[in-house]
Amino acid sequence: MTSLLVGIDGSESCRRAVAFACRLADESGAVLHIVHVIPWSPYSFTSPAENEHRSASKAQEIAAAEEQIMKPALAIADAFTITPTSIVVHGSPADQLVAIGARQAASQIIVGRTGDSRLKQVLFGSTPVRLIQMSKTPVTVVP
Amino acid sequence: MIRAGIDDVISDAFTPIADFISGVIFYSIKIGDPDTIAYVQIPLIVAWLVIAALFFTIYLKFQNVRGVKHALDLVRGRYSRPEDAGEVSHFQALTTAISGTVGLGNIAGVAVAVSIGGPGATFWMILVGFLSMSTKMAECTLGVKYRIEHADGSVSGGPMYYLRDGLASLGKRKLGRVLAVLFALFCIGGSIGGGNMFQANQATSQIINVTGGEDGFLGQWRFVIGLVFALAVGAVIIGGIKSIARVTEKIVPMMAVLYILGCLAVIFGNFTAIPDAIGQIFAGAFNPEGIAGGVIGVLIQGFQRAAFSNEAGVGSASIAHSAVKTEQPATEGFVALLEPFIDTVVICTMTALAVIITGTWSDTSSAPGVETTSAAFATVAPWFPILLAVAVVLFAFSTMISWSYYGMKATGYLFKDSARAELGYKIVFCMFTVIGASLSLGPVIAFSDAMIFAMAIPNVLGLYLLARVIKTEIFVYRSKVESGEFAMVEK
Repeated sequence: MTSLLVGIDGSESCRRAVAFACRLADESGAVLHIVHVIPWSPYSFTSPAENEHRSASKAQEIAAAEEQIMKPALAIADAFTITPTSIVVHGSPADQLVAIGARQAASQIIVGRTGDSRLKQVLFGSTPVRLIQMSKTPVTVVP
Repeated sequence: MIRAGIDDVISDAFTPIADFISGVIFYSIKIGDPDTIAYVQIPLIVAWLVIAALFFTIYLKFQNVRGVKHALDLVRGRYSRPEDAGEVSHFQALTTAISGTVGLGNIAGVAVAVSIGGPGATFWMILVGFLSMSTKMAECTLGVKYRIEHADGSVSGGPMYYLRDGLASLGKRKLGRVLAVLFALFCIGGSIGGGNMFQANQATSQIINVTGGEDGFLGQWRFVIGLVFALAVGAVIIGGIKSIARVTEKIVPMMAVLYILGCLAVIFGNFTAIPDAIGQIFAGAFNPEGIAGGVIGVLIQGFQRAAFSNEAGVGSASIAHSAVKTEQPATEGFVALLEPFIDTVVICTMTALAVIITGTWSDTSSAPGVETTSAAFATVAPWFPILLAVAVVLFAFSTMISWSYYGMKATGYLFKDSARAELGYKIVFCMFTVIGASLSLGPVIAFSDAMIFAMAIPNVLGLYLLARVIKTEIFVYRSKVESGEFAMVEK
């Protein structure tokens, strides 16, 4: 069975991406994985006090993301006849989406056009743009 | 002048205390006639650290050379599993520990060593830098092995815990407890001395230095500069203003790179003097002229500054390293190898070369310290010392933040993680920032060296007693790496 992967953040466009992915999965009978990546880098600089509480902070961040980002996305899927799986991980969003896509043998990665500010996109590049450059599977960007 | 009066009062009150503590910790064997140049004092504590570094280098079969590639692979995340994402990485544990060790010892301390011991001190400093990698490996492996995980998921580690629990596992429960308490007490002292007063003092000196010296508009305001430092430190450690800490943690690595580039500019700005400087280092190491105590005098200076700068054997970094996410304690031991290398072999050597090449080390017009390095920087461009001043202030600040954490963990150990005791410690810490900034260098350096080195007494004793545990941990791990049981993660 084919599988689809939709990457989400908290933005408005990602809600449309989830709806689009749900419809696609519903029509094609594919398995849908909804993925949220909490931006994190192993090469950032941290203070000793932050390090001490890192494990606990990680758990809190995941719980918050499940509640604030994943739950609304899963609610969108309720309108369809599919039951998507949800994955929340830390890392670089584009890298993780590609890695998880490969692990789940996803035939397509769907993302929203992110809600980052123009300045941020110019400085750091947006997740969809990085994804398009890196991904070995087709990428759909939902406006 | 009232302001100068306050500084003098603090200075007068503090000097006898500092001299007493320093006299005890730095008990020295005296060789020769005090009136001749052959007279030399060998502080036992320096011998204690260097012998430990040599012992662990041989006992761990030169991992400080053989393990470097593996250490780099670990830092690059080649062995990190996907589920480790979001936890403390090896890179983060290493850089946090480095921002605690790279401080003014690297800038001011090295200038002092070269001023007193001559260029030859550099050679011995680098040698000890290499040997210290083994001690650091030993203490950080134990730090992770015996760390404690609290109910809320936070971790506490460091010499207090491996001395207590490690020695208890060898049936030496009482000794372990005594050493752990001693370590925690000295750690509080060291955090206030070398981790705070020395940093505040030298940063203040450099600020005054670039604003026109003692006669400049800040010349009489050491006390006030100290107060500003104390407020900034207090905002982070008491006020919990994470943004300041975060900004510093991000700027400091950039400053380290900038400092190295600055030193390279000094070195290559005088490139014709490079061969002569290298000649002076080797000649001075084995055949010094006019240095008190001859070869041993030079050697002691080099050893002492290297040990003070990279803190291997002192046990401080083990507290920072133990927060890493790993199931193999030895991995952090390998990563920790890199710390003395970056601190001493790279950064300290840069400072030494800068002051030797420009010849500012032999200028006796001012007390040796950060001003010696500043004078070397001034040979490139008149504004160059300002760059150094910025680096000094940031290094000092990040070192103070890191050491306040070490001291706080030691306080937490003694008072069963009582929040009230930890707050009390933080307030005292900030008060000493002001005191440190107000004093002249002599008593500060005596006190800070003494307290930092005192930590090495219980710590190194514990390392010897636990040597077999360390060796087993490292070699069992090595065989797992070689057999492929602990393999690189495909990405």
